[in-house]
Amino acid sequence: AAGMFLRVLSDIQWRAANPKWRRMTSSRRSTSTTAEPHPVSLPAQAQVVICGGGITGTSVAYHLSKMGWKDIVLLEQGRLAAGTTRFCAGIVSTARPVSIELKMAHYSNKLYQQLEQETGVPTGYTKTGSLSLAQTQDRLISLKRIASSLSVMGIPCEIITPKQAVQLHPLINIHDLVGAMYVPEDALVTSANVSLALATAASRNGVQIHERTSVSHVTVQKGRVTGVETDRGRIQCQYFVNCAGQWAYELGHSGEVPVHIPLHACEHFYLLTHPLAEPLSSSLPTVVDPDGRIYIRNWQGGILSGGFEKNPKPLFTEGRNQLEIQNLQEDWDHFGPLLSALLRRMPGLEALQILQLVNCPESFTPDMRCIMGESPTARGYFVLAGMNSAGISYGGGAGKYLAEWMVNGYPSDNVWPLDLKRFGTLQSSRTFLRHRVMEVMPLMCDLKVPRWDFQTGRQLRTSPLYDRLDAQGARWMEKHGFERVKYFVPPGKDLLDLDHSKTFYKPDWFDIVGAEVKCCKEAVCVIDMSSFTKFEISSTGDEALENLQYLFSNDLDVPVGHVVHTGMLNEKGGYENDCSIARLSKRSFFMISPTDQQVHCWAWLKNRLPDDSNLTLEDVTWKYTALNLIGPRAVDVLSELSYAPMTAEHFPSLFCKEMSVGYANGIRVMSITHTGEPGFVLYIPIEYALHVYNEVMNMGQKYGIRNAGYYALRSLRIEKFFAFWGQDLDAFTTPMECGREFQVKLEKGMEFVGQEALLEQKQNGVYKRFTMFILEDHDTDMDLWPWWGEPIFRNGRYVGKTTSSAYSYTLERHVCLGFVHNFDEKTGEELVVTTDFINQGEYEIDIAGQRFQAKAKLYPFSSLFTQRRRKDEVELSGYQTE
Amino acid sequence: AIPVRSSRLPLLSDAMPAPAHLFPLIRNCEISRIGSTACYCHHRHLCCLSSHFAHSHFRYAPQKKFAALYRPKENFNHFIHTRDHASASQRFYLTPPQVNSILKANEYSFKVPEFDGKNVSSVLGFDSNQLPANAPIEDRRSAATCLQTRGMLLGVFDGHAGCACAQAVSERLFYYIAVSLLPHETLLEIENAVESGRALLPILQWHKHPNDYFSKEASKLYFNSLRTYWQELIDLNSGETTDVREALINAFKRLDNDISLEAQVGDPNSFLNYLVLRVAFSGATACVAHVDGVDLHIANTGDSRAMLGVQEEDGSWSAVTLSYDHNAQNEHEVERVKTEHPKSEEKTLVKQDRLLGLLMPFRAFGDVKFKWSIELQKRVIESGPDQLNDNEYTKFIPPNYHTPPYLTAEPEVIYHKLRPQDKFLVLATDGLWETMHRQDVARIVGEYLTGVHHQQPIAVGGYKVTLGQMHGLLTERRARISSVFEDQNAATHLIRHAVGNNEFGTVDHERLSKMLSLPEELARMYRDDITIIVVQFNSHVIGACQNEEL
Repeated sequence: AAGMFLRVLSDIQWRAANPKWRRMTSSRRSTSTTAEPHPVSLPAQAQVVICGGGITGTSVAYHLSKMGWKDIVLLEQGRLAAGTTRFCAGIVSTARPVSIELKMAHYSNKLYQQLEQETGVPTGYTKTGSLSLAQTQDRLISLKRIASSLSVMGIPCEIITPKQAVQLHPLINIHDLVGAMYVPEDALVTSANVSLALATAASRNGVQIHERTSVSHVTVQKGRVTGVETDRGRIQCQYFVNCAGQWAYELGHSGEVPVHIPLHACEHFYLLTHPLAEPLSSSLPTVVDPDGRIYIRNWQGGILSGGFEKNPKPLFTEGRNQLEIQNLQEDWDHFGPLLSALLRRMPGLEALQILQLVNCPESFTPDMRCIMGESPTARGYFVLAGMNSAGISYGGGAGKYLAEWMVNGYPSDNVWPLDLKRFGTLQSSRTFLRHRVMEVMPLMCDLKVPRWDFQTGRQLRTSPLYDRLDAQGARWMEKHGFERVKYFVPPGKDLLDLDHSKTFYKPDWFDIVGAEVKCCKEAVCVIDMSSFTKFEISSTGDEALENLQYLFSNDLDVPVGHVVHTGMLNEKGGYENDCSIARLSKRSFFMISPTDQQVHCWAWLKNRLPDDSNLTLEDVTWKYTALNLIGPRAVDVLSELSYAPMTAEHFPSLFCKEMSVGYANGIRVMSITHTGEPGFVLYIPIEYALHVYNEVMNMGQKYGIRNAGYYALRSLRIEKFFAFWGQDLDAFTTPMECGREFQVKLEKGMEFVGQEALLEQKQNGVYKRFTMFILEDHDTDMDLWPWWGEPIFRNGRYVGKTTSSAYSYTLERHVCLGFVHNFDEKTGEELVVTTDFINQGEYEIDIAGQRFQAKAKLYPFSSLFTQRRRKDEVELSGYQTE
Repeated sequence: AIPVRSSRLPLLSDAMPAPAHLFPLIRNCEISRIGSTACYCHHRHLCCLSSHFAHSHFRYAPQKKFAALYRPKENFNHFIHTRDHASASQRFYLTPPQVNSILKANEYSFKVPEFDGKNVSSVLGFDSNQLPANAPIEDRRSAATCLQTRGMLLGVFDGHAGCACAQAVSERLFYYIAVSLLPHETLLEIENAVESGRALLPILQWHKHPNDYFSKEASKLYFNSLRTYWQELIDLNSGETTDVREALINAFKRLDNDISLEAQVGDPNSFLNYLVLRVAFSGATACVAHVDGVDLHIANTGDSRAMLGVQEEDGSWSAVTLSYDHNAQNEHEVERVKTEHPKSEEKTLVKQDRLLGLLMPFRAFGDVKFKWSIELQKRVIESGPDQLNDNEYTKFIPPNYHTPPYLTAEPEVIYHKLRPQDKFLVLATDGLWETMHRQDVARIVGEYLTGVHHQQPIAVGGYKVTLGQMHGLLTERRARISSVFEDQNAATHLIRHAVGNNEFGTVDHERLSKMLSLPEELARMYRDDITIIVVQFNSHVIGACQNEEL
C-alpha cells in the first residue's frame, strides 16, 4: 500500500491543477481513474510524434511548441509522468562537471522556477540550495573545479568550511569533513508535476497528448522517418522523437532500421521517512555526500535519501516487460551501506521512522552523459534519453537543445558530448551495456580525476599488434571501443595501482612519458594509431572531387599523392570534422578523421553526397593498421626498410605514396605525424601489420627506436599548438577562430559549405580566438595540474575556458589551449577578438580556484623546436608558414 | 560403507569407555547429538564387534599390526584429558587459518558459464569438497558436463577395502553413462573417428579438483572396454530415443561387469594386472545425479545419499531424499536380497546389519568376493600376483557363501522433476549423513546460499521501524553473512558444521580444531571420509521451463 503513496500524491496534485489539455483531449478522467475507452482517436498524421510522457518528452513538446511548431503528438504508453519521472527525487542541481550539462541544468532551474506562474500547475519548486560535502582533500579539489565553472557562468556558488556547512543544515555531522560547496540557487521540485506543467503548457500551444498509447515501431523509408505504428493505429509523421527513457533502447531496436540508443537500466533506491518530531523545514538545502555515495533532501517534514552504491543491480537486460517497473522490490540489504552513510552523516536521524524504500530504476549510458540528437541511420528520428539519474536537472535544458536542433537544424550550443552519434553499433551490445552501467552508476559518486578511463567493456576493438604491445608494458585507454596505448611502462618499473594513481597533481607516469617524448624528439618512436577513422571516397568520373570540394573547406584539387589538412564545416563555418585527406588517384581519396568521428562523419557525408552509383564511400577503418613513426630518425628507418630515398626532396611533407616496407608491399606511407614532429604514418593492410611492426622495430634498433603512446603524442601536439577535433574544435569553432585560414580555399572562388560564414568572419573579425597559454608560475611537482575546462582570465576578467592541456617536456612548462572571448564589460555582449586584444592582456588560468599566470601565444614556438634539427626535416604543417 | 575397516576396530571398544566420560560437560539432552557425531563409530562398530567376522579378522591380522595399533589408545586418552587442560591443549590446537587450510584443501567450485545474465542451464554451478579420515582417503567424486548430449553428471563414490574401485568408478562411470545416452549417429561418428584415427569428439567436459587424478596407465585398457561397449550399442541399434533411467542402469551394470571381466582376463602388464585385481577386489558405492533442464535423475548404488533442498513459501528449508540407502536399515533391500537366495540362507544373509555379516552396503561396484563363485575367486587369486596371494583379506572367503552373486551394482533410479522451489541438491557419502540430519543439512546449505544471495528480503510493510533499528538489523545480517563468507564453498561450509557443530548446532572452533588435529590413526574412529557435492539450481530457468510447458 505504501507503494501507492507517491502515485496518489501526484494524482491529487495534478487533478487539483485541473489542466485544460485533459479536458481538451478527453474528459475521461474527471471522476475516476479506471481504464476507460479512448474517446479521442489518434490523428492520421502529424509533423512530430514524441514517444514518452516523462520529463524529457514533455520538455521537448513544450519547447517545440514554444518555437512555433504546432502539429505535434505526444504518446505515452501509461500515464503522463508515471515512469522514472514519477519516482525521481526531484533535485535540480547545477553542480555538474561537464560544461554543457551545467548549462542544461542551469536553464532547467530557471525554467522550472517560472513554470508554475506560466501554467498554473503547482510544481513544488522550492529554492533550497545544495551542499556538496567533501570528506577528502581530493574531493574538495573536484568541488573547487566545479565551483570555478559555476562562478564564471554567473551561478552563485561558494566553497565553505565544515562549520559554515552545519550552519546551513543543522543535522549534518561535520567531524569527517574537510569542506563543502554551497550552491544557493539549487532547487527542489515535484518532478511529476513539473512534467505535467510542461505538458499543460504544450497542450495549450496545440500539442496533442494521448495517454495509454504504445508505440510499437517507427517506419523508415529511404532513410527518413515516415510514420509511427501504435497500438491504436498509425500516424504519419516527418519527425519522431524517442523519449522513452529506459525503454528507448528497445524502441530503437523495434523498427526495421534499428536505431542504436545505448542505455541500460539499473535499480536505484531511495528512502522516504515520516516527518521528524519537529518537521524539517522545506527550505533546508539538499545535502550531497559523494564520498558517502548519498544525497539527502527534505521531504514533507522528513527526509528523502538515496545514493549510488558500489554494486549496482542492472535490470531489464533482456528487455523484459516494462510493467515490471511497478513491481520492483525494496532491498534493504542492498541499501544497507547507504543507510550507514546516511546515519553517519546525520546521526540525529536514528529515531526517524521509515516510510518506504523506493526502488526506482534509472537509465545509464556508457559514458555517463545523456543521449540526444538525430539517428545516423534514419533522418527525422530524434532521441532524448539516458539521463543518468539527472533527468529533472537536465530535462528542461536538454528539451530546449533538442527542440532547437529539430527546428533550426542545430542546437544553440555545442552538444557533441551528448550527441547520439558519438556512439555506434559497437556500444549497443546488451552485454557491453550491462557491464558498463555497472561501472557507470558508482562513478556518479566516484572521484573523477584527470585521465580516468572506463574499466569495463574493454578490449573490444584492438589493433593486430595489441598482444605485442601489451607484452611490452603498454598501458591502455579506450576511445570509441578501440584500445589505444597511453604509454609503455619500462620493464622493472612499477606504477601505482588504479586507485592509488588517482591524482589531481603530477601523475606517476610523468617520467615515463617524458622519456617517450624525448625519444620522439631525438630519435624515433612508433605509436599505433589504428583507431583513427578511415574512409575511402572514389568515383568513376570526377564526382568524388566535385563533391569533396563542396563539402570540405580546403582545396582538394591537388596533385595525386598530396595530403591536405581540411575541415569539414557546417553552414556556419564550424568544424563538423577535422581531417587529413590524401589524393590517392585522380578519382579516389583517402580520408583520416578522429576515432570518434566514425558514425558522425559517415552520417554527415551520407546525408550530403548525392545518391549516385558512380560515387562510393567506404569505411576502411578496419582494413588498415596505422603506425606513426615520429622523430628525426624515422626517415632513416623507413628508407632502410624500403630501399627508397625518404628525404624531403624525394618525399616532401604532406605527401602520400604506396610503397614496400620489408617484404610487405602496398603500404600507404604519408609524411604526416599529427604532432608537428617529422616522421611518417604507415597505413598497413592488417595482415601485414605484425610483419611491418617487427621490421620497423628491428631496423629501428640502431636508431634507438622505442614504443610510445598517446600521452606522448598529446604532449607533442599541444606544445605545437595543434588543435584536435572533439577536444579543442567543435561545430561552433571556425577555421578563422583557430588561425587556420590557410586551410581554407576562400580565395579560390569555389563554393563550399560554410564559405559564406567564413567570408563574413574574415570581413568582420572573429568573436573568439584559439590561444595557447604557457603557465608561468606553476610548479609542476607541487601545484594542481590543469586538465581542461579551466576558466581563463584576462586582466582579471573571465574570457573563456581551456579545451586541453599538457606538460611540455621541451618548454618544461604546462601548456593550455583554449578560446579567448571578448565580453563587453557592461552588457556581456561578445565583441570581436583581435590579435592585439589577445596580445595586450595579462592572463591567468584558474585551476580549482587557484590562479596561475599564463603567457598567451597565437603561434607556436616554431623556432624553439626547429633549431635543433635540419631544416629539410621540418614538417610543413602550415603553421610555420604564418 | 566400510565392511572391513581395519583390525583396530575391536580395540576401539576397549578404548572408549562411554560418551559421558568423553565429554563430561555435555548436557543429557544433547547426548544423542554427540553420539551422532563424535562417537557414531562407537555405536556402529559395537554392533559388529562380537561377530565372528571380527574374530576372523583377528585371525588374519598380523600380530605386528596388532601391537602397533594399541598406541592409539594412549593417544586417545591423552586427547580426552587435554580437553580440560589448557596447558596441554597446544598440542592439538589449530588456529582458524590452519583449520581453514585443512577444510579448504580439497574444495572445488564450478560455475556454469553465464552469458549476459542468461544462463540456459538449470544448474548454476556446484561446490564440492572432501575431508579425509582414512589415509589415503577412500572417497572419490566426479563432475562433468555431457558435451554430445545435454545435461550434467555429478557423483560421489565411497570406496571400501581400499580406494582402487572408487577411483576406477570415478574415472569411468560417467563415460559409460554418456555413451549410453548417445544417439546412434553420434556413436557411429565416434567409432568411425577411432577407426580412422581421427580426433575424437569430446564426450565429457570434466570439472576436476587438481587432486582428482585419472590413472594414466589404465586409460588404454579402460578405453578399449568402453569402445567394446559402444560397439555393442551400435550393433544393437535399438533406434529408440535413449531413456535416461535405462541408460543409467545399463551404464552401472556394464561398468561393474567390465571391472569383473578385466580382473578375470588379467593384463600382461604386471602393474595393470595388479591394478585391475585391486579394483575388482575392493568396492565402491556410487550416487550419481544427471541433471538436464528440469529432469533430475538420481542413480544410487549403496549407502551414499542424494538430498534435495527445498525452500518453502515461508522461506524455511526442508529436505527431500532422492535415493534409498542400500543397507540393512532398508526393509525393501533386505527383502530383495532374501528373495534372490534360497530360503536356507535366510538367516545367514544379513547378520549384524551386514551382508553375510560383513558388508554394510547391500549394493556396490567391485567386491568380487561377493559376486564370483569360490572357484573363480581361488583361480584368479592363485594366478594373480604375489601381492594378492599374500593379502589375507582377498583370500578370505565370506562365510555361508553358497549362491553367489550376493551383491549387485545395479542402481535404483529416482526421477524428480525440478520445481522452482528446489534450490539445491546435496550428494554426499555416508560420512556426512552419519553426523548430520538431512533437515539440518537443508537448513545450513539453504541459509548459506541465501546468505550469499540475500534471498530473504526485509520488508518494512506497515511496521514502525526507525532508521536506527533498521541499521542495526542490517548490520547484524551483514555480520551473519560475513561469517558464512568465511567459506566460499557450500560443501566446505557443510563439512565445517558436520565436524565442528557443538550441542547448540553452531560451529565450535575448539571442537573443530581438535577433530581436525586428530592423529591419522585416530581420525577414522571419530569420523568417516566425507565427500559432498552441493549443486545449486537456477530457479529462473526452472521456472521458465515450467511456464513453457504450461
